[in-house]
Amino acid sequence: MTKKEVEKLRADFPLLANNPGLAYLDNAATTQKPRQVIEAETRFYEELNANPLRGLYDLSLRATEAYEDAREKVKDFLHAADSCEIIFTRNASESLNLVAFSGSEAFLSEGDEVLVTVMEHHSNILPWQHAAARKGAKLNWLECDEKGKITEEAFRSALTPKTKIVAMTQLSNVLGVKNDVQKFAAIAHENGSIFVCDGAQSVPHVPVDVQDLDVDFLSFSGHKMLGPMGIGALYGKKELLEKMPPFLTGGEMIEYVTREGATYAELPHKFEAGTVNAAGAVGLGAAIDYYNAVGIDKIEQREQELGRYAMERLKNVPHLNLLGSDVAEEHHGIFTFTVDGVHPHDIAAILDADHVDIRAGHHCAQPLMQFMHTPSTARASLCFYNTEEEIDQLAESLSTLRERMGYKD
Amino acid sequence: MEYNNFYNEILTDHNLHPAHKHDLPDANMELEGVNPSCGDDIILKLKVEDGVVKDGGYVGEGCAISQASADMMLDLVIGKTKEEALHLKDLFMKMIKGGITEDEMDELEEAASLKDISHMPARVKCAVLGWRTMDEMLEEDKEK
Repeated sequence: MTKKEVEKLRADFPLLANNPGLAYLDNAATTQKPRQVIEAETRFYEELNANPLRGLYDLSLRATEAYEDAREKVKDFLHAADSCEIIFTRNASESLNLVAFSGSEAFLSEGDEVLVTVMEHHSNILPWQHAAARKGAKLNWLECDEKGKITEEAFRSALTPKTKIVAMTQLSNVLGVKNDVQKFAAIAHENGSIFVCDGAQSVPHVPVDVQDLDVDFLSFSGHKMLGPMGIGALYGKKELLEKMPPFLTGGEMIEYVTREGATYAELPHKFEAGTVNAAGAVGLGAAIDYYNAVGIDKIEQREQELGRYAMERLKNVPHLNLLGSDVAEEHHGIFTFTVDGVHPHDIAAILDADHVDIRAGHHCAQPLMQFMHTPSTARASLCFYNTEEEIDQLAESLSTLRERMGYKD
Repeated sequence: MEYNNFYNEILTDHNLHPAHKHDLPDANMELEGVNPSCGDDIILKLKVEDGVVKDGGYVGEGCAISQASADMMLDLVIGKTKEEALHLKDLFMKMIKGGITEDEMDELEEAASLKDISHMPARVKCAVLGWRTMDEMLEEDKEK
Protein backbone atom coordinates (compact mmCIF):
# COMPACT_ATOMS: atom_id res chain seq x y z
CA MET A 1 0.00 0.00 0.00
CA THR A 2 1.49 3.37 -0.97
CA LYS A 3 1.52 6.35 1.38
CA LYS A 4 -1.10 7.94 -0.83
CA GLU A 5 -3.38 4.92 -0.62
CA VAL A 6 -3.10 4.89 3.18
CA GLU A 7 -3.90 8.62 3.31
CA LYS A 8 -6.93 8.03 1.13
CA LEU A 9 -8.20 5.26 3.42
CA ARG A 10 -7.53 7.34 6.53
CA ALA A 11 -9.75 10.05 5.11
CA ASP A 12 -12.66 7.60 5.44
CA PHE A 13 -12.34 7.58 9.24
CA PRO A 14 -13.99 10.63 10.83
CA LEU A 15 -12.50 9.91 14.25
CA LEU A 16 -8.97 10.16 12.87
CA ALA A 17 -9.76 13.49 11.24
CA ASN A 18 -11.43 14.75 14.42
CA ASN A 19 -8.40 13.88 16.56
CA PRO A 20 -5.37 15.22 14.71
CA GLY A 21 -2.07 14.19 16.24
CA LEU A 22 -3.56 11.15 17.95
CA ALA A 23 -1.86 7.80 17.34
CA TYR A 24 -4.62 5.28 17.94
CA LEU A 25 -2.84 1.98 18.57
CA ASP A 26 -5.46 0.00 20.48
CA ASN A 27 -7.04 -1.69 17.48
CA ALA A 28 -7.13 -5.12 19.09
CA ALA A 29 -9.60 -3.64 21.60
CA THR A 30 -11.73 -1.96 18.95
CA THR A 31 -11.05 -0.39 15.57
CA GLN A 32 -12.22 2.98 14.34
CA LYS A 33 -15.18 3.07 11.97
CA PRO A 34 -15.21 4.38 8.41
CA ARG A 35 -17.99 6.82 7.49
CA GLN A 36 -19.41 4.14 5.14
CA VAL A 37 -20.27 2.05 8.23
CA ILE A 38 -21.59 4.98 10.26
CA GLU A 39 -23.73 6.12 7.34
CA ALA A 40 -25.09 2.64 6.65
CA GLU A 41 -26.24 2.28 10.23
CA THR A 42 -27.81 5.74 10.17
CA ARG A 43 -29.44 5.06 6.83
CA PHE A 44 -31.14 1.95 8.22
CA TYR A 45 -32.86 4.08 10.86
CA GLU A 46 -33.62 6.89 8.44
CA GLU A 47 -34.94 4.81 5.57
CA LEU A 48 -35.71 1.23 6.59
CA ASN A 49 -36.52 1.10 10.27
CA ALA A 50 -39.25 -1.38 11.16
CA ASN A 51 -39.08 -4.55 13.21
CA PRO A 52 -37.54 -7.12 10.86
CA LEU A 53 -38.83 -10.67 10.40
CA ARG A 54 -42.32 -9.92 11.73
CA GLY A 55 -44.15 -7.34 9.72
CA LEU A 56 -46.29 -8.07 6.74
CA TYR A 57 -45.96 -4.58 5.32
CA ASP A 58 -43.40 -3.38 2.84
CA LEU A 59 -41.18 -1.43 5.25
CA SER A 60 -40.71 -4.40 7.56
CA LEU A 61 -40.00 -6.62 4.59
CA ARG A 62 -37.33 -4.18 3.43
CA ALA A 63 -35.82 -4.10 6.94
CA THR A 64 -35.78 -7.89 6.90
CA GLU A 65 -34.13 -7.88 3.52
CA ALA A 66 -31.40 -5.50 4.72
CA TYR A 67 -30.79 -7.68 7.77
CA GLU A 68 -30.64 -10.91 5.78
CA ASP A 69 -28.48 -9.26 3.16
CA ALA A 70 -25.95 -8.53 5.94
CA ARG A 71 -26.04 -12.19 6.94
CA GLU A 72 -25.28 -13.11 3.33
CA LYS A 73 -22.25 -10.81 3.39
CA VAL A 74 -20.93 -12.42 6.57
CA LYS A 75 -21.45 -15.85 5.05
CA ASP A 76 -19.47 -14.89 1.95
CA PHE A 77 -16.74 -13.18 3.97
CA LEU A 78 -16.19 -16.31 6.06
CA HIS A 79 -16.75 -18.61 3.07
CA ALA A 80 -19.46 -20.52 4.93
CA ALA A 81 -21.57 -23.02 2.99
CA ASP A 82 -24.99 -21.72 3.99
CA SER A 83 -26.24 -18.42 5.42
CA CYS A 84 -28.30 -20.32 8.02
CA GLU A 85 -24.93 -21.16 9.59
CA ILE A 86 -24.42 -17.48 10.53
CA ILE A 87 -26.07 -16.50 13.83
CA PHE A 88 -26.02 -12.81 14.68
CA THR A 89 -25.06 -12.04 18.27
CA ARG A 90 -23.93 -8.95 20.17
CA ASN A 91 -20.24 -9.81 20.06
CA ALA A 92 -17.70 -12.65 20.18
CA SER A 93 -18.34 -13.14 23.91
CA GLU A 94 -22.02 -13.78 23.29
CA SER A 95 -21.17 -16.11 20.40
CA LEU A 96 -18.92 -18.17 22.67
CA ASN A 97 -21.50 -18.16 25.46
CA LEU A 98 -24.05 -19.43 22.96
CA VAL A 99 -21.92 -22.32 21.74
CA ALA A 100 -20.71 -23.16 25.27
CA PHE A 101 -24.25 -23.19 26.68
CA SER A 102 -26.25 -24.77 23.88
CA GLY A 103 -23.34 -26.87 22.64
CA SER A 104 -22.66 -28.33 26.06
CA GLU A 105 -26.36 -29.19 26.42
CA ALA A 106 -26.15 -31.18 23.21
CA PHE A 107 -22.65 -32.61 23.22
CA LEU A 108 -21.26 -32.69 26.76
CA SER A 109 -22.01 -35.26 29.47
CA GLU A 110 -20.78 -35.94 32.96
CA GLY A 111 -17.16 -37.08 32.99
CA ASP A 112 -16.39 -35.59 29.55
CA GLU A 113 -13.58 -33.13 29.03
CA VAL A 114 -13.22 -29.70 27.45
CA LEU A 115 -9.78 -28.54 26.36
CA VAL A 116 -8.95 -24.80 26.34
CA THR A 117 -5.60 -23.15 25.70
CA VAL A 118 -3.78 -20.91 28.12
CA MET A 119 -3.76 -18.06 25.59
CA GLU A 120 -7.54 -17.68 25.39
CA HIS A 121 -9.37 -14.44 26.05
CA HIS A 122 -11.57 -14.72 29.15
CA SER A 123 -14.58 -14.94 26.82
CA ASN A 124 -13.30 -18.31 25.58
CA ILE A 125 -12.56 -19.54 29.11
CA LEU A 126 -15.40 -18.52 31.43
CA PRO A 127 -18.27 -19.94 29.32
CA TRP A 128 -16.45 -23.30 29.29
CA GLN A 129 -15.79 -23.17 33.02
CA HIS A 130 -19.53 -22.68 33.51
CA ALA A 131 -20.47 -25.35 30.98
CA ALA A 132 -18.09 -27.86 32.56
CA ALA A 133 -19.40 -27.12 36.05
CA ARG A 134 -23.02 -27.41 34.89
CA LYS A 135 -22.47 -30.72 33.12
CA GLY A 136 -20.02 -32.26 35.60
CA ALA A 137 -17.30 -32.23 32.95
CA LYS A 138 -13.63 -31.47 33.40
CA LEU A 139 -11.80 -28.45 32.00
CA ASN A 140 -8.27 -29.20 30.81
CA TRP A 141 -5.58 -26.67 29.89
CA LEU A 142 -3.27 -26.70 26.92
CA GLU A 143 -0.09 -24.66 27.32
CA CYS A 144 2.04 -22.94 24.72
CA ASP A 145 5.82 -22.56 24.82
CA GLU A 146 7.43 -19.35 26.11
CA LYS A 147 7.23 -17.78 22.64
CA GLY A 148 3.52 -18.53 22.42
CA LYS A 149 3.66 -21.52 20.10
CA ILE A 150 1.33 -24.49 20.56
CA THR A 151 3.06 -27.55 19.21
CA GLU A 152 1.32 -30.47 17.54
CA GLU A 153 2.94 -32.75 20.11
CA ALA A 154 1.54 -30.76 23.04
CA PHE A 155 -1.89 -30.69 21.40
CA ARG A 156 -1.97 -34.42 20.74
CA SER A 157 -0.91 -35.27 24.26
CA ALA A 158 -3.56 -32.96 25.76
CA LEU A 159 -6.36 -34.76 23.90
CA THR A 160 -7.96 -37.77 25.55
CA PRO A 161 -10.77 -40.06 24.39
CA LYS A 162 -13.03 -38.03 26.70
CA THR A 163 -12.23 -34.67 25.06
CA LYS A 164 -15.55 -33.67 23.52
CA ILE A 165 -14.81 -30.01 22.82
CA VAL A 166 -11.63 -28.07 22.02
CA ALA A 167 -11.74 -24.25 22.30
CA MET A 168 -8.87 -22.36 20.71
CA THR A 169 -8.25 -18.86 19.43
CA GLN A 170 -7.01 -18.49 15.88
CA LEU A 171 -5.01 -15.40 16.81
CA SER A 172 -3.95 -14.44 20.32
CA ASN A 173 -5.02 -10.96 21.44
CA VAL A 174 -1.87 -10.70 23.57
CA LEU A 175 0.93 -12.39 21.62
CA GLY A 176 -0.45 -11.94 18.11
CA VAL A 177 0.57 -15.51 17.39
CA LYS A 178 -1.58 -17.41 14.90
CA ASN A 179 -2.49 -20.97 15.73
CA ASP A 180 -2.67 -23.48 12.91
CA VAL A 181 -6.33 -24.17 13.61
CA GLN A 182 -6.72 -26.08 10.35
CA LYS A 183 -4.25 -28.68 11.56
CA PHE A 184 -5.55 -28.71 15.14
CA ALA A 185 -9.18 -29.01 13.98
CA ALA A 186 -8.25 -32.02 11.83
CA ILE A 187 -6.51 -33.70 14.78
CA ALA A 188 -9.45 -32.87 17.04
CA HIS A 189 -11.86 -34.41 14.53
CA GLU A 190 -9.77 -37.61 14.34
CA ASN A 191 -10.23 -37.73 18.10
CA GLY A 192 -13.99 -37.23 17.77
CA SER A 193 -13.84 -33.75 19.33
CA ILE A 194 -15.74 -30.63 18.27
CA PHE A 195 -13.45 -27.68 17.45
CA VAL A 196 -14.56 -24.19 18.54
CA CYS A 197 -12.41 -21.39 17.13
CA ASP A 198 -12.38 -17.82 18.44
CA GLY A 199 -11.87 -15.58 15.43
CA ALA A 200 -12.22 -12.23 17.23
CA GLN A 201 -8.66 -11.20 16.32
CA SER A 202 -8.19 -13.23 13.13
CA VAL A 203 -11.29 -12.36 11.10
CA PRO A 204 -10.40 -8.62 11.05
CA HIS A 205 -6.78 -9.14 10.00
CA VAL A 206 -6.24 -12.33 7.99
CA PRO A 207 -8.34 -14.17 5.38
CA VAL A 208 -10.57 -16.74 7.10
CA ASP A 209 -12.29 -19.57 5.24
CA VAL A 210 -14.29 -21.68 7.68
CA GLN A 211 -14.76 -24.54 5.20
CA ASP A 212 -11.08 -24.68 4.38
CA LEU A 213 -10.14 -24.52 8.07
CA ASP A 214 -12.90 -27.05 8.78
CA VAL A 215 -13.61 -25.60 12.24
CA ASP A 216 -16.99 -26.49 13.70
CA PHE A 217 -17.71 -23.08 15.21
CA LEU A 218 -16.13 -19.66 14.85
CA SER A 219 -16.93 -16.48 16.79
CA PHE A 220 -16.14 -12.85 16.01
CA SER A 221 -17.13 -9.26 16.86
CA GLY A 222 -18.09 -6.58 14.38
CA HIS A 223 -16.52 -3.72 16.32
CA LYS A 224 -13.00 -5.13 15.98
CA MET A 225 -13.36 -5.10 12.18
CA LEU A 226 -14.55 -1.55 11.43
CA GLY A 227 -18.17 -2.40 12.28
CA PRO A 228 -20.44 -1.01 15.00
CA MET A 229 -20.37 -2.14 18.61
CA GLY A 230 -23.15 -4.52 19.64
CA ILE A 231 -23.08 -6.79 16.62
CA GLY A 232 -21.12 -10.00 16.16
CA ALA A 233 -21.69 -13.46 14.83
CA LEU A 234 -21.27 -17.14 15.43
CA TYR A 235 -20.56 -19.46 12.55
CA GLY A 236 -21.55 -23.05 13.21
CA LYS A 237 -21.88 -26.14 11.05
CA LYS A 238 -25.52 -26.68 10.22
CA GLU A 239 -25.70 -30.29 11.40
CA LEU A 240 -24.30 -29.29 14.80
CA LEU A 241 -26.44 -26.16 15.22
CA GLU A 242 -29.52 -28.22 14.43
CA LYS A 243 -28.79 -30.56 17.33
CA MET A 244 -28.41 -27.71 19.81
CA PRO A 245 -31.25 -26.30 21.93
CA PRO A 246 -31.89 -22.53 21.87
CA PHE A 247 -29.65 -20.28 23.95
CA LEU A 248 -32.05 -17.43 24.69
CA THR A 249 -35.77 -17.83 24.34
CA GLY A 250 -38.43 -15.31 23.48
CA GLY A 251 -39.76 -13.50 20.47
CA GLU A 252 -39.39 -14.57 16.84
CA MET A 253 -37.51 -17.79 17.56
CA ILE A 254 -40.51 -20.09 17.61
CA GLU A 255 -42.84 -21.84 15.24
CA TYR A 256 -45.59 -22.55 17.67
CA VAL A 257 -46.08 -21.87 21.37
CA THR A 258 -48.64 -23.46 23.66
CA ARG A 259 -49.05 -23.22 27.42
CA GLU A 260 -46.94 -26.36 27.73
CA GLY A 261 -44.08 -25.71 25.39
CA ALA A 262 -42.93 -24.64 21.97
CA THR A 263 -41.49 -25.83 18.72
CA TYR A 264 -38.59 -23.71 17.65
CA ALA A 265 -37.94 -21.84 14.46
CA GLU A 266 -35.50 -23.04 11.85
CA LEU A 267 -31.88 -21.95 11.78
CA PRO A 268 -30.63 -19.30 12.18
CA HIS A 269 -33.67 -17.72 13.86
CA LYS A 270 -33.78 -20.41 16.55
CA PHE A 271 -30.75 -18.68 18.08
CA GLU A 272 -31.84 -15.07 17.59
CA ALA A 273 -34.47 -14.43 20.24
CA GLY A 274 -36.05 -11.02 20.51
CA THR A 275 -35.75 -7.99 18.28
CA VAL A 276 -32.44 -8.18 16.49
CA ASN A 277 -29.81 -5.47 16.01
CA ALA A 278 -30.66 -4.99 12.36
CA ALA A 279 -28.98 -1.60 12.05
CA GLY A 280 -25.83 -3.06 13.59
CA ALA A 281 -25.94 -5.96 11.16
CA VAL A 282 -26.33 -3.54 8.27
CA GLY A 283 -23.33 -1.59 9.62
CA LEU A 284 -21.33 -4.83 9.81
CA GLY A 285 -22.36 -5.56 6.23
CA ALA A 286 -20.97 -2.16 5.23
CA ALA A 287 -17.73 -2.96 7.08
CA ILE A 288 -17.43 -6.18 5.09
CA ASP A 289 -18.04 -4.21 1.88
CA TYR A 290 -15.20 -1.95 2.96
CA TYR A 291 -12.88 -4.93 3.54
CA ASN A 292 -13.80 -6.34 0.16
CA ALA A 293 -13.24 -3.01 -1.60
CA VAL A 294 -9.73 -2.72 -0.13
CA GLY A 295 -9.06 -6.46 -0.16
CA ILE A 296 -8.31 -8.56 2.91
CA ASP A 297 -5.04 -9.75 1.33
CA LYS A 298 -3.93 -6.18 0.80
CA ILE A 299 -4.95 -5.32 4.37
CA GLU A 300 -2.95 -8.23 5.74
CA GLN A 301 0.04 -7.20 3.64
CA ARG A 302 -0.13 -3.61 4.85
CA GLU A 303 -0.44 -4.67 8.48
CA GLN A 304 2.55 -7.00 8.16
CA GLU A 305 4.57 -4.17 6.61
CA LEU A 306 3.62 -1.90 9.54
CA GLY A 307 4.35 -4.75 11.94
CA ARG A 308 7.88 -5.18 10.62
CA TYR A 309 8.47 -1.46 11.04
CA ALA A 310 7.03 -1.48 14.57
CA MET A 311 9.17 -4.45 15.58
CA GLU A 312 12.31 -2.72 14.30
CA ARG A 313 11.49 0.45 16.26
CA LEU A 314 10.48 -1.35 19.46
CA LYS A 315 13.58 -3.55 19.42
CA ASN A 316 15.70 -0.41 19.72
CA VAL A 317 13.87 1.01 22.74
CA PRO A 318 16.13 0.47 25.76
CA HIS A 319 14.70 -1.58 28.63
CA LEU A 320 11.72 -2.74 26.56
CA ASN A 321 10.86 -6.43 26.70
CA LEU A 322 8.62 -7.79 23.97
CA LEU A 323 6.46 -10.83 24.70
CA GLY A 324 6.08 -13.63 22.17
CA SER A 325 7.84 -14.36 18.92
CA ASP A 326 11.09 -12.77 17.72
CA VAL A 327 9.69 -12.81 14.19
CA ALA A 328 7.72 -9.66 13.28
CA GLU A 329 5.29 -11.46 10.97
CA GLU A 330 4.21 -13.80 13.76
CA HIS A 331 2.82 -10.84 15.74
CA HIS A 332 0.12 -9.91 13.22
CA GLY A 333 0.32 -6.30 14.35
CA ILE A 334 0.01 -7.05 18.07
CA PHE A 335 2.97 -6.05 20.26
CA THR A 336 2.73 -6.68 23.98
CA PHE A 337 5.60 -5.51 26.14
CA THR A 338 6.90 -4.37 29.48
CA VAL A 339 9.41 -1.63 30.27
CA ASP A 340 11.81 -2.32 33.15
CA GLY A 341 10.77 -0.50 36.28
CA VAL A 342 7.68 1.19 34.83
CA HIS A 343 4.26 -0.23 35.56
CA PRO A 344 2.11 -0.69 32.43
CA HIS A 345 -0.56 1.67 33.75
CA ASP A 346 2.07 4.37 34.13
CA ILE A 347 3.29 3.57 30.60
CA ALA A 348 -0.22 4.04 29.22
CA ALA A 349 -0.73 7.28 31.17
CA ILE A 350 2.51 8.83 29.96
CA LEU A 351 1.92 7.71 26.37
CA ASP A 352 -1.52 9.27 26.63
CA ALA A 353 0.17 12.59 27.41
CA ASP A 354 2.00 12.17 24.10
CA HIS A 355 -1.31 11.36 22.35
CA VAL A 356 -0.54 7.68 21.86
CA ASP A 357 -3.41 5.36 22.82
CA ILE A 358 -2.41 1.86 23.87
CA ARG A 359 -3.88 -0.78 26.16
CA ALA A 360 -2.41 -1.68 29.54
CA GLY A 361 -3.41 -4.41 31.94
CA HIS A 362 -4.09 -8.10 31.63
CA HIS A 363 -5.96 -7.87 28.29
CA CYS A 364 -8.71 -10.19 29.59
CA ALA A 365 -6.20 -13.04 29.45
CA GLN A 366 -5.14 -13.55 33.05
CA PRO A 367 -4.26 -17.27 32.70
CA LEU A 368 -1.77 -16.30 29.97
CA MET A 369 -0.35 -13.49 32.13
CA GLN A 370 0.10 -15.96 35.00
CA PHE A 371 1.74 -18.42 32.59
CA MET A 372 4.11 -15.67 31.41
CA HIS A 373 4.77 -14.61 35.04
CA THR A 374 3.78 -11.02 34.46
CA PRO A 375 0.72 -9.54 36.17
CA SER A 376 0.28 -6.78 33.67
CA THR A 377 1.67 -5.60 30.33
CA ALA A 378 1.26 -2.84 27.76
CA ARG A 379 0.01 -3.55 24.23
CA ALA A 380 0.16 -1.64 20.98
CA SER A 381 -1.99 -3.10 18.20
CA LEU A 382 -2.12 -1.98 14.60
CA CYS A 383 -4.67 -1.56 11.87
CA PHE A 384 -4.02 -0.86 8.17
CA TYR A 385 -4.91 2.83 8.61
CA ASN A 386 -2.02 3.37 11.02
CA THR A 387 1.12 5.02 9.70
CA GLU A 388 4.86 4.70 10.17
CA GLU A 389 4.77 8.19 11.73
CA GLU A 390 2.38 6.97 14.42
CA ILE A 391 4.75 4.12 15.21
CA ASP A 392 7.59 6.67 15.45
CA GLN A 393 5.44 8.64 17.87
CA LEU A 394 5.02 5.48 19.98
CA ALA A 395 8.71 4.58 19.90
CA GLU A 396 9.84 8.12 20.74
CA SER A 397 7.45 8.34 23.66
CA LEU A 398 8.61 4.95 24.94
CA SER A 399 12.25 6.00 24.64
CA THR A 400 11.80 8.92 27.06
CA LEU A 401 9.61 6.97 29.45
CA ARG A 402 12.17 5.92 32.03
CA GLU A 403 13.74 9.34 32.20
CA ARG A 404 10.32 10.84 32.90
CA MET A 405 9.83 8.32 35.69
CA GLY A 406 13.02 9.47 37.40
CA TYR A 407 15.50 6.89 36.09
CA LYS A 408 18.95 8.01 35.06
CA ASP A 409 19.26 5.73 32.00
CA MET B 1 -5.25 16.49 32.48
CA GLU B 2 -1.60 16.85 31.57
CA TYR B 3 0.01 13.65 32.80
CA ASN B 4 3.44 15.08 32.10
CA ASN B 5 3.11 17.32 35.11
CA PHE B 6 1.43 14.66 37.12
CA TYR B 7 4.44 12.36 37.12
CA ASN B 8 6.46 14.98 39.00
CA GLU B 9 9.61 14.62 41.01
CA ILE B 10 7.81 14.05 44.32
CA LEU B 11 5.89 11.13 42.87
CA THR B 12 8.76 9.52 40.95
CA ASP B 13 11.08 9.94 43.92
CA HIS B 14 8.68 8.19 46.31
CA ASN B 15 8.24 5.46 43.71
CA LEU B 16 11.92 4.87 42.98
CA HIS B 17 13.29 5.54 46.46
CA PRO B 18 10.53 4.68 48.91
CA ALA B 19 11.37 5.21 52.57
CA HIS B 20 8.86 2.67 53.85
CA LYS B 21 8.86 -0.14 51.29
CA HIS B 22 10.22 -2.86 53.50
CA ASP B 23 9.10 -5.66 55.72
CA LEU B 24 8.23 -4.83 59.33
CA PRO B 25 8.99 -7.89 61.46
CA ASP B 26 7.53 -6.40 64.66
CA ALA B 27 4.30 -5.24 63.03
CA ASN B 28 1.18 -6.12 65.01
CA MET B 29 -1.25 -5.35 62.19
CA GLU B 30 -1.11 -6.26 58.54
CA LEU B 31 -3.55 -6.32 55.65
CA GLU B 32 -3.36 -6.96 51.91
CA GLY B 33 -4.83 -4.36 49.57
CA VAL B 34 -5.49 -5.33 45.95
CA ASN B 35 -6.75 -3.66 42.80
CA PRO B 36 -7.53 -6.79 40.78
CA SER B 37 -8.02 -5.06 37.45
CA CYS B 38 -4.59 -3.41 37.41
CA GLY B 39 -2.57 -5.80 39.52
CA ASP B 40 -1.69 -3.35 42.28
CA ASP B 41 -1.06 -5.56 45.27
CA ILE B 42 0.41 -4.35 48.56
CA ILE B 43 0.64 -5.67 52.09
CA LEU B 44 0.51 -2.83 54.56
CA LYS B 45 2.12 -3.42 57.95
CA LEU B 46 1.72 -1.25 61.03
CA LYS B 47 3.05 -1.36 64.55
CA VAL B 48 0.43 0.30 66.72
CA GLU B 49 1.00 0.72 70.47
CA ASP B 50 -1.06 2.71 72.97
CA GLY B 51 -3.16 4.06 70.13
CA VAL B 52 -0.13 5.45 68.29
CA VAL B 53 1.25 4.32 64.92
CA LYS B 54 4.82 3.68 66.03
CA ASP B 55 6.11 2.32 62.73
CA GLY B 56 4.89 1.19 59.35
CA GLY B 57 5.98 -0.43 56.12
CA TYR B 58 4.61 -2.00 52.95
CA VAL B 59 5.67 -4.66 50.50
CA GLY B 60 4.25 -5.68 47.15
CA GLU B 61 4.01 -4.28 43.67
CA GLY B 62 1.99 -1.93 41.59
CA CYS B 63 2.06 1.21 39.51
CA ALA B 64 4.02 4.31 40.50
CA ILE B 65 0.91 6.04 41.81
CA SER B 66 -0.11 3.21 44.13
CA GLN B 67 3.41 2.75 45.48
CA ALA B 68 4.28 6.43 45.91
CA SER B 69 0.92 7.17 47.53
CA ALA B 70 1.42 4.41 50.14
CA ASP B 71 4.89 5.73 50.86
CA MET B 72 3.67 9.31 51.30
CA MET B 73 0.90 8.07 53.57
CA LEU B 74 3.36 6.30 55.87
CA ASP B 75 5.56 9.43 55.96
CA LEU B 76 2.51 11.23 57.32
CA VAL B 77 0.98 8.77 59.76
CA ILE B 78 4.03 7.32 61.52
CA GLY B 79 4.15 8.93 64.94
CA LYS B 80 0.50 9.98 64.82
CA THR B 81 -2.39 8.59 66.82
CA LYS B 82 -4.87 6.28 65.13
CA GLU B 83 -7.45 9.07 65.19
CA GLU B 84 -5.04 11.48 63.55
CA ALA B 85 -4.19 8.89 60.92
CA LEU B 86 -7.88 8.36 60.14
CA HIS B 87 -8.40 12.12 59.99
CA LEU B 88 -5.61 12.40 57.40
CA LYS B 89 -7.21 9.56 55.47
CA ASP B 90 -10.48 11.53 55.42
CA LEU B 91 -8.64 14.57 54.12
CA PHE B 92 -6.91 12.54 51.42
CA MET B 93 -10.22 11.07 50.26
CA LYS B 94 -11.76 14.55 50.30
CA MET B 95 -8.88 15.83 48.16
CA ILE B 96 -9.34 13.02 45.65
CA LYS B 97 -13.05 13.76 45.38
CA GLY B 98 -12.33 17.47 45.01
CA GLY B 99 -13.39 20.24 47.39
CA ILE B 100 -10.56 20.34 49.90
CA THR B 101 -9.46 23.68 51.41
CA GLU B 102 -5.94 25.11 51.20
CA ASP B 103 -5.38 24.63 54.94
CA GLU B 104 -6.49 21.02 54.75
CA MET B 105 -4.12 20.51 51.81
CA ASP B 106 -1.24 21.73 53.96
CA GLU B 107 -1.94 18.99 56.47
CA LEU B 108 -1.38 16.38 53.77
CA GLU B 109 2.16 17.64 53.08
CA GLU B 110 3.68 15.76 50.11
CA ALA B 111 0.57 13.62 49.65
CA ALA B 112 -1.08 16.84 48.45
CA SER B 113 0.96 16.45 45.26
CA LEU B 114 -1.55 13.77 44.23
CA LYS B 115 -4.38 16.31 44.14
CA ASP B 116 -4.77 16.22 40.37
CA ILE B 117 -5.59 12.52 40.47
CA SER B 118 -9.16 13.77 40.90
CA HIS B 119 -9.04 14.48 37.14
CA MET B 120 -7.84 10.96 36.31
CA PRO B 121 -10.78 8.71 37.22
CA ALA B 122 -9.02 5.57 35.96
CA ARG B 123 -6.18 6.07 38.45
CA VAL B 124 -8.09 7.05 41.59
CA LYS B 125 -8.13 3.49 42.85
CA CYS B 126 -4.33 3.35 42.54
CA ALA B 127 -3.90 6.47 44.66
CA VAL B 128 -6.27 5.38 47.42
CA LEU B 129 -5.08 1.75 47.71
CA GLY B 130 -2.73 2.32 50.66
CA TRP B 131 -5.17 4.68 52.36
CA ARG B 132 -8.18 2.44 52.15
CA THR B 133 -6.12 -0.52 53.33
CA MET B 134 -5.00 1.46 56.38
CA ASP B 135 -8.57 2.61 56.95
CA GLU B 136 -9.83 -0.97 56.93
CA MET B 137 -7.14 -2.06 59.39
CA LEU B 138 -7.65 0.74 61.85
CA GLU B 139 -11.44 0.71 61.69
CA GLU B 140 -11.47 -3.03 62.27
CA ASP B 141 -9.12 -2.53 65.22
CA LYS B 142 -11.49 0.06 66.69
CA GLU B 143 -14.33 -2.44 66.78
CA LYS B 144 -12.33 -4.92 68.84
